[in-house]
Amino acid sequence: MVFQLKSYEFRRERERTWRELERLVDKVEKSGLGALEAAQLARLPVLYRATLSSLSVARSISLDRNLLDYLDGLAARAYFCLYGTRVGVGSTVRDFFARRFPQAVRRFWIPIAMAGVILALGVTTAWVMTARNQDWFYVFVSDNYAQGRTPTTPTEELESGLYDDETFSGRLGQFASFLFSNNARVGLVAFALGFLAGIPVYLLLFTNGLVLGAFAALFASRGLGWDFWGWILPHGVTELTAIAMSGGMGLVLAHALVFPGRATRLQNLARRGRAAGVVMLGAIAMFLVAGLIEGFFRQMVQDVNVRFLVAVGTMICFGAYFALAGRSAR
Amino acid sequence: MSRVLTEPDPASVREILTPEGIPLRFELAGAGDRAAAFFIDMLIWGLAVGLIALLASAFAPTDDAAEPGETNRWVIAVVTLFTFVSRVFYFIWFEARWRGATPGKSRIGIRVMDRNAEPLRVDAIIVRNFMREIEVWVPIALLTQPELLWPDAPPLLGLFSVGWLIVLVLMPLFNRDRLRVGDMVAGTVVVLSPRAALRTDLGGREVERSVKKAAQFTFSKKQLEVYGIYELQVLEELLRRQDPYKREAVHAVCQRIQRRIQWRGDPVRTERFLREFYTAVRAHLEQRMLLGKRKKDKHS
Repeated sequence: MVFQLKSYEFRRERERTWRELERLVDKVEKSGLGALEAAQLARLPVLYRATLSSLSVARSISLDRNLLDYLDGLAARAYFCLYGTRVGVGSTVRDFFARRFPQAVRRFWIPIAMAGVILALGVTTAWVMTARNQDWFYVFVSDNYAQGRTPTTPTEELESGLYDDETFSGRLGQFASFLFSNNARVGLVAFALGFLAGIPVYLLLFTNGLVLGAFAALFASRGLGWDFWGWILPHGVTELTAIAMSGGMGLVLAHALVFPGRATRLQNLARRGRAAGVVMLGAIAMFLVAGLIEGFFRQMVQDVNVRFLVAVGTMICFGAYFALAGRSAR
Repeated sequence: MSRVLTEPDPASVREILTPEGIPLRFELAGAGDRAAAFFIDMLIWGLAVGLIALLASAFAPTDDAAEPGETNRWVIAVVTLFTFVSRVFYFIWFEARWRGATPGKSRIGIRVMDRNAEPLRVDAIIVRNFMREIEVWVPIALLTQPELLWPDAPPLLGLFSVGWLIVLVLMPLFNRDRLRVGDMVAGTVVVLSPRAALRTDLGGREVERSVKKAAQFTFSKKQLEVYGIYELQVLEELLRRQDPYKREAVHAVCQRIQRRIQWRGDPVRTERFLREFYTAVRAHLEQRMLLGKRKKDKHS
């Protein structure tokens, strides 16, 4: 009896191509695309396409299970080599700050502005109410957050808290990293809450605004308003912007979930989520900057005018950055 | 023949269409694989944090403001910052550099890919790992310190965190593609890394032999029509086995096949018989396949 195995003939003809591709893929998986020589790099897509066509033929003519599994796996591995992530973390970072981050912020300026408005609403509400009746302060600010800064605290003590405060002056940088991780976490929560359809985002932004407003009103009532904002704003400009961004991106997620439009909810979430993630990464970086300013700078500079100068400086820098960076490049 | 073929559960196989128009099959990673990979990564990360903490306490400047008995706050600062940054960027860095695999994932043999078969973009990697922060670490932090979220958070928030943690961590068990929230938002999916070695063609030697008129056995067309593709591939798996029990299995399968195909000659119990039978059946079924007829198994 003579056996005629077409699939065996087929394999004998093509096996060399597969082996060659396999060697290249092994090399790339081990040490990256950079490990290939120019000629090999040029060969890779050719071999990949040849193997894909082999796979497609094999599926229709071969019943050799091992062969099919092998080709399936080899094609998939080569696919990952060719269509995997673009490497080059350094250039990705540069591209990110020069172009993608400011572009993403401009793209989502409406939800970010909305989040900012909600935050401002919280500040105004608490400010107006506390200014009229200081008892409201206790409603908006919990004891452990107030750290002894309440309507009953003498003015001198409040003032010293803004400048040479014992609890802060010793800490400097130690405190900065704590502030950063903490704020970054709040930002991430604001972003994540978007997954719960957005209502909690509003709540979080609003309550955080309330605390700030209550403090502002308290200090203003003692004639320390100017000094208070000089204390908050040098890092606050950066931090509040980052919080608004986080909240805004939470709203973007919520919007993608609640109003998916033509795409399915999951597709829409994936599309918008990735774009929003770009802004979030930038926001984390901004929290880092804010933490550094808050931890180091504010403790070292005691002059309120210089503090305001820095606040205005950061405002101009960020404003220009988000308005102008990455405009022309495509 | 019993169901021995180690075939992936069809519910966990996903086909993606490459830009060249050929579908590639991927098997979704199971919850166990993913958890194991995560624990390996966490172990590596935990060691790194421990190392940094050691280094920091060895080299940190003295902390003048610290009360006696209090930990040096420089150390706390460095460790706090490093903990957060390394946790997020460990995953991002490796998934970006190692084409979708972290050390843990690559050890277990799984990787991240784009759900729509597009190149895995760095944004997707960033997003899926930021979301992990929210899925796992934030609820854990809130559980212990609810005031992190807002100053006057009620203790009830702790309960809420537990619920959150359970729902989000178990999320992959509740959807078809085993996506965690990060995967949903990033548009990614975690699959088994494809890996199969090409072994010799089982029919090869028999074909060469038969050309030299050295085939031992002859099968009638009717005998070749008994089995289908499924049985053929189970037989392939048996012939590729290399273990001490193979001889017994070959013996039993010879017996079963010969009974089933009403073998006229002397009962043979050799692997040679199975190899030739395999080759003959494969040749027959492949021939039929060319004509567009796929015989799935012996019942069809």
